[in-house]
Amino acid sequence: MGIISSGFRGRRNKDQPGLPPGQYLTESFPVLSAGPTPRIDTAEWEFQLTTEAGQVHSWSWDDFQNLPQEEFTVDIHCVTSWSKFGTRWKGVSLDTFFQDVDTSHPYTMFSSYGGYTTNLPMEDILNGKAWIVHQFDGEDLQPAHGGPARLLVPHLYFWKSAKWVRGLRMMERNDPGFWETNGYNLHGDPWLEERYW
Amino acid sequence: MSRTWRTADVVEARFETASARTIALQFPDPVDSIGGQHVDIRLTAPDGYTAVRSYSVAGTLPPTGLEITVEELEDGEVSPYLVRDLTVGDQVEMRGPVGGWFVWQPSDTSPVQLIGGGSGVVPLMAMVRSHRAAGSTVPMQLLYSVRSPSSVIYRGELEKLEASSPPLPVEYVYTREAPAGEPVGRLSPATLMPRILPPAADPAVFICGATGFVEAVAAWLVEAGYPEGRIKTERYGGTGDGS
Repeated sequence: MGIISSGFRGRRNKDQPGLPPGQYLTESFPVLSAGPTPRIDTAEWEFQLTTEAGQVHSWSWDDFQNLPQEEFTVDIHCVTSWSKFGTRWKGVSLDTFFQDVDTSHPYTMFSSYGGYTTNLPMEDILNGKAWIVHQFDGEDLQPAHGGPARLLVPHLYFWKSAKWVRGLRMMERNDPGFWETNGYNLHGDPWLEERYW
Repeated sequence: MSRTWRTADVVEARFETASARTIALQFPDPVDSIGGQHVDIRLTAPDGYTAVRSYSVAGTLPPTGLEITVEELEDGEVSPYLVRDLTVGDQVEMRGPVGGWFVWQPSDTSPVQLIGGGSGVVPLMAMVRSHRAAGSTVPMQLLYSVRSPSSVIYRGELEKLEASSPPLPVEYVYTREAPAGEPVGRLSPATLMPRILPPAADPAVFICGATGFVEAVAAWLVEAGYPEGRIKTERYGGTGDGS
């Protein structure tokens, strides 16, 4: 047990199942980003997956909308300690994007409009663990929250869920992305409190 | 290691405004921070319940101390305790400082424009203090959007910096109540642009405040021709909601 603050009581919304260690619940949807919000026209939007062989699979906005859509509800956890339960999204599973992709590399680097990057192991994005989403709570995803489309990897801290996503490339090694080179953990599991270096 | 918790002694606590308080922390070992970084503070209640929040570092107290400035949030869980109840002689736990993006290094060579809204001025003040401590000759100036004269954090120190040589230029924008003879109103592109370093100066721009403030100011700057890659943003408190 840490240093006791005798006058501190706290709100005690932490004894909730589903809340990872060191997190607190919020009803709002805070925004975190490192720079200006890019404005992306869906007519120009493209999502590209690049393999180790240099093969590029790409999807236009219409292609993306015509892929099988999933609607689902998940909890999200930000490294700055807030968690939000029961967030409702609509988008396409990463499994769908990888259906016809030939790769044996175990890691990926996602990149965004605006220059953001984040690294993810394949085992954290396949088998129903990650999506490219374009709707939140029944509405088109707002630019400040990553619209028109963002990555969503709800079982990891939310910085992994890259806003304004534009593609990924396969990696042989687990190279760090943007926040991972700026003080944050290479993996980011909230249940293990993998917050910082 | 930034991920380990360290015990800090509260050695000073002073009000900056009616709702913002600076807390000086001392550690058994050296601690250092780059201007703009944050720390996590952990409080533990008598029954073992803990709560953690992130706060911007306001400045360093070399070699073994640092200061944070905490704005009390009405519905907050941790900030009311830190602002109202914590006293000198108490101890808290701290993790960090962390962050390698929204930071100003004394080795940086380009002009710097700081833009703060409300308590978003705190990490910017850490940059100002670092700039002064290092004797940097790089131009640095601050635009500070604030509700009223009584809400200005670090007022005395900012006045001294404005009057010092070389001066730190500070521009205030009062959104609700202004000193006599000064305008009142929300920041707009028309009031912002003449008061900051122009795009031609190619400043490194740091914006910190509430989400709406940061989103609006960053978008205006991009529209006015400041390159996106020169603009760094942060939301105060790290979360933008009641902590």
